[in-house]
Amino acid sequence: MILTVNHVTHYRYDAPMRSAVQSLRLFPTRFAGQRVLDWKVEIPGGTRGGAFRDGAGDRVEGWSVRGPVTALAVSVTGTVETEDTAGMLRGHRETVPPMVYLRDTPATEPDMAIRDLAAGAVAGASDDLDRAHRLASAVRAAVAYRPGVTHAHTSAAEALELREGVCQDHAQVLIAAARSLDLPARYVSGYLYAAEDGTPHEAAHAWAEIHVPDLGWIGFDAANGCCPNELYVRLGSGYDAADAAPIRGIALGAGRESLDVTVALEATQQ
Amino acid sequence: MLSRTAENLFWIGRYIERAETMARLLEVGGRIALMPSAGRGYRSEWESLLQASGTAAGFGAKYDDAVQRNIESYLFFDLDNPSSVASCIGKARENARIVRTALTTQAWDAINTAFQEMRGLERRPRSDLSLTEITEWTMRKTAQIRGAIDATLLRNDGYDFLGLGLALERADNTARLMDVKYFVLLPDVDLVGSSLDSYQWHTLLRALSAHRAFHWAYGGEISAGKIAHFLILNPQMPRSLIAASSVVLEHLNRLARDYDRRTPAQTRARALQSELTDLTVQEIFDEGLHEFLSRFIGEIGELTELVQQIYLSGEAR
Amino acid sequence: MSPSYFNEMFDGDQVRPPYARLEDWTRQMPAELRQMKQAEAEVLFRRIGITFAVYGEGGDPDRLIPFDMFPRVFTQPEWRRLEKGIKQRARALNAFLLDVYGKGEIVRAGRVPARLVYHNEAYERAVAGFTPPRGVYSHIVGIDLVRTGPDDFFVLEDNCRTPSGVSYMLENREIMMRMFPDLFGENRIEPVDGYPELLRRTLSSVAPAKCDRDPTVVILTPGHFNSAYYEHSFLADMMGVELVEGADLFVEGGFVWMRTTEGPKKVDVIYRRLDDAFLDPLCFRPDSMLGVPGLMDVYRSGGVSICSAPGAGVADDKAIYTYVPEMVRFYLGEEPILQNVPTWQCGKAGDLSYVLDNLGELVVKEVHGSGGYGMLVGPRASSDQIALFRQKISQDPENYIAQPTLALSTTPTFVEEGIAPRHVDLRPYCLVGDTIELVPGGLTRVALTEGSLVVNSSQGGGVKDTWVLAE
Repeated sequence: MILTVNHVTHYRYDAPMRSAVQSLRLFPTRFAGQRVLDWKVEIPGGTRGGAFRDGAGDRVEGWSVRGPVTALAVSVTGTVETEDTAGMLRGHRETVPPMVYLRDTPATEPDMAIRDLAAGAVAGASDDLDRAHRLASAVRAAVAYRPGVTHAHTSAAEALELREGVCQDHAQVLIAAARSLDLPARYVSGYLYAAEDGTPHEAAHAWAEIHVPDLGWIGFDAANGCCPNELYVRLGSGYDAADAAPIRGIALGAGRESLDVTVALEATQQ
Repeated sequence: MLSRTAENLFWIGRYIERAETMARLLEVGGRIALMPSAGRGYRSEWESLLQASGTAAGFGAKYDDAVQRNIESYLFFDLDNPSSVASCIGKARENARIVRTALTTQAWDAINTAFQEMRGLERRPRSDLSLTEITEWTMRKTAQIRGAIDATLLRNDGYDFLGLGLALERADNTARLMDVKYFVLLPDVDLVGSSLDSYQWHTLLRALSAHRAFHWAYGGEISAGKIAHFLILNPQMPRSLIAASSVVLEHLNRLARDYDRRTPAQTRARALQSELTDLTVQEIFDEGLHEFLSRFIGEIGELTELVQQIYLSGEAR
Repeated sequence: MSPSYFNEMFDGDQVRPPYARLEDWTRQMPAELRQMKQAEAEVLFRRIGITFAVYGEGGDPDRLIPFDMFPRVFTQPEWRRLEKGIKQRARALNAFLLDVYGKGEIVRAGRVPARLVYHNEAYERAVAGFTPPRGVYSHIVGIDLVRTGPDDFFVLEDNCRTPSGVSYMLENREIMMRMFPDLFGENRIEPVDGYPELLRRTLSSVAPAKCDRDPTVVILTPGHFNSAYYEHSFLADMMGVELVEGADLFVEGGFVWMRTTEGPKKVDVIYRRLDDAFLDPLCFRPDSMLGVPGLMDVYRSGGVSICSAPGAGVADDKAIYTYVPEMVRFYLGEEPILQNVPTWQCGKAGDLSYVLDNLGELVVKEVHGSGGYGMLVGPRASSDQIALFRQKISQDPENYIAQPTLALSTTPTFVEEGIAPRHVDLRPYCLVGDTIELVPGGLTRVALTEGSLVVNSSQGGGVKDTWVLAE
């Protein structure tokens, strides 16, 4: 499938800021499931800084904007050809060993409820792949999709207690559950083309990856009860939502920031 | 040099000069309070002093009565007052500690000693300390610090930033002191030329350690015209506006030469200097002394802002 | 004093050769002169402003570390052996870091447990796959050594991040030379004052490949409230480089710039005295105000060098420590010259039960602790303290290691009653860049309390000048 992405993030400040710096992970992952046809990331008025591919295989680009800054926009436009790999991250190059992703973060620290959920879900499972699938189903059953209940800093434990949340919460609960069973797991950010079935999910999306010996990293979208396929565009990964954020930025000054994001995905027939 | 280092040096200069001005103001207040009341009770003089030092609001929030004891506490000892002598000396020392390696041992010693002695003064009972003792102590210490700087500091850009801080603060402070005399201490036009008027001028000159110099230079009766000439236009008087401005210009010229870069600050300072050189007392009075002084204070503020932008922010390219 | 401690000056009644002249020196020094000199030393230290504040301990931030005038002496042969051992260890530690952030061969070979490396708090995912200039991660390696016999030296711990204290090594020497010039005439003592120049050269040698001129080096400090600020400003001054705070730096166009009175100036090498967590709010702790936003992106794209490299801490962890001799064998194919102290890892079941059964004889340390805090010295602990540690270790065994109580050597030290033996350790500072360098000397710390084995300055330790005699 050929997907065209238009993603603009507008920042506005109520007082001029001295300067702004951003670290962007807004580039489609290079792996068997996606091929970039054309891709452009731009901050009008900004200066492009260093760019590199990190140990997890994500492309990172630094940007800076000289002050006074009252508004700035990060715009992403591009086209990717995707293919269903049954969720498997085949042909991806990275240096970080999977075991690193056993580390808990404040957002993914499992509490008793998460441990119980995990242990209950995998009882009788045949292997790690089976365990991963069962965990994803259990998280989908335990947390209903409902926007507005949780926020950016809601932890996995808090989301499970609420039993409601959005894709970020599904991903983080799944990660916490997997790690509690010693399965390496990580948070993935990207886009989802969801126009076909009319589901209410936003085009900016997130899911989890669990590492299964011999198969490698496999994506699980607990929010939608499936593995990522040709409707997904993968950008980058991290320990949790904050660590995998596609945009990390800071503006120096006293102004308050307001944010406005628009993401549009279109499919082109081949 | 690092912009932050330059900024620390600049503020050492400003705080030292400001500490001295505060002490001089206290001395003016003390002397004026000895004067028979001008009809509105002695308190009003102390109140005007607070206004002159720009600390009236802070004082009002903390004390009820503008009496000498409270004012002394507030202007000299109070660390809640960012302009008190204790605050200024503390902050000068803090800035110096950060840039120890940009100072000489002698300059650091002088600043550090002032700070340590201030701690000693704070521990003594207030009733043991006379107003004269603390104001004279301050002037002695600031003179020692300036002396150590003058005698030992390498004449590099650091010296210029320190000097700029001192001179800009001095220009601002002299203008404010004069403005106080004219519009705060003696608000009633009928009193111009009265014995009270002349007594206040004497006091002001004394506070600037300049009354003898004034008599040597001008002789005879004190008049507003002579004073204005002395404190604004006489380049021999080190605290005059023209003398302070020419020091500012000198430092800016040296920096421009060192860095091989002309700056708008230099242009601005040169314009101010030539205006003062061509000016007459009559023209100042035609504009109105208060108006002139307000304009001058504004000019100095803008010049300070330019120095900040060009050198201290590290962003000018 | 127990006779089982090795006394570096006396062999029974005999004075060991390196201390021979010092014997005469102390004999000829009347008590009044000694007191006078001690007072003079303190005045000198105060005047130069070398003080030390213990983080979070409160108290007087201008406190001096006590200086003991009696020098600690090594012979040339002793030092040569130490030097070889220290350099060997510094090379192995750097090879380990290069490996674990790259292919991880030592883990694949099963020589170091994977979990210990990759599940370690100090392992920094952000630098995996990135190779710093010349493959060096730890540019200043401080190795803490203790001596238990004429030829017995043990490494107590490695410091690969930002070991502090080198300013004391330099100032102690300076003060001794000023106060006792005759001593330096009589004894031929190797100089240490080349250290700042050597450090600058080392830092310059790891400038990024993109740097095509004489590199601009800066020292990054958390600020003047930091307990080691004196050292930061001292080193900057001695090296002739700027001492910067985070706010003095900014990133643009893939490089780091410092704000100067002449406009922005490009920075090539940052010797940071700031923990990883605070370096860049975009990469590490988002609430850090001390670092430089965007610094890590510039670093990882090769625009600036950071010394030591972020993530270097994974090599000096107390649990990894056990494997350093293994690293020497694995990477260098050599036998370690310096020995480790035998260490029990409470995370291992067998070790744990041994430790719990023998708490009264062991020293127990937290894996990530430092400065002598969170430590149990079994033979000197009360039964309550032992009970408390038994509980703490049982709850979180992986967080603790244990070692036998070492018989730290003693050297003569001036005390109130005259001269008495006190326990000492040694921290030399090894510099790693295009070459590996070690100045002949280091920081000798001395436990001033009689019988005490804790030399940390925060717990009653002092410092001494450390001499290496020329041949």
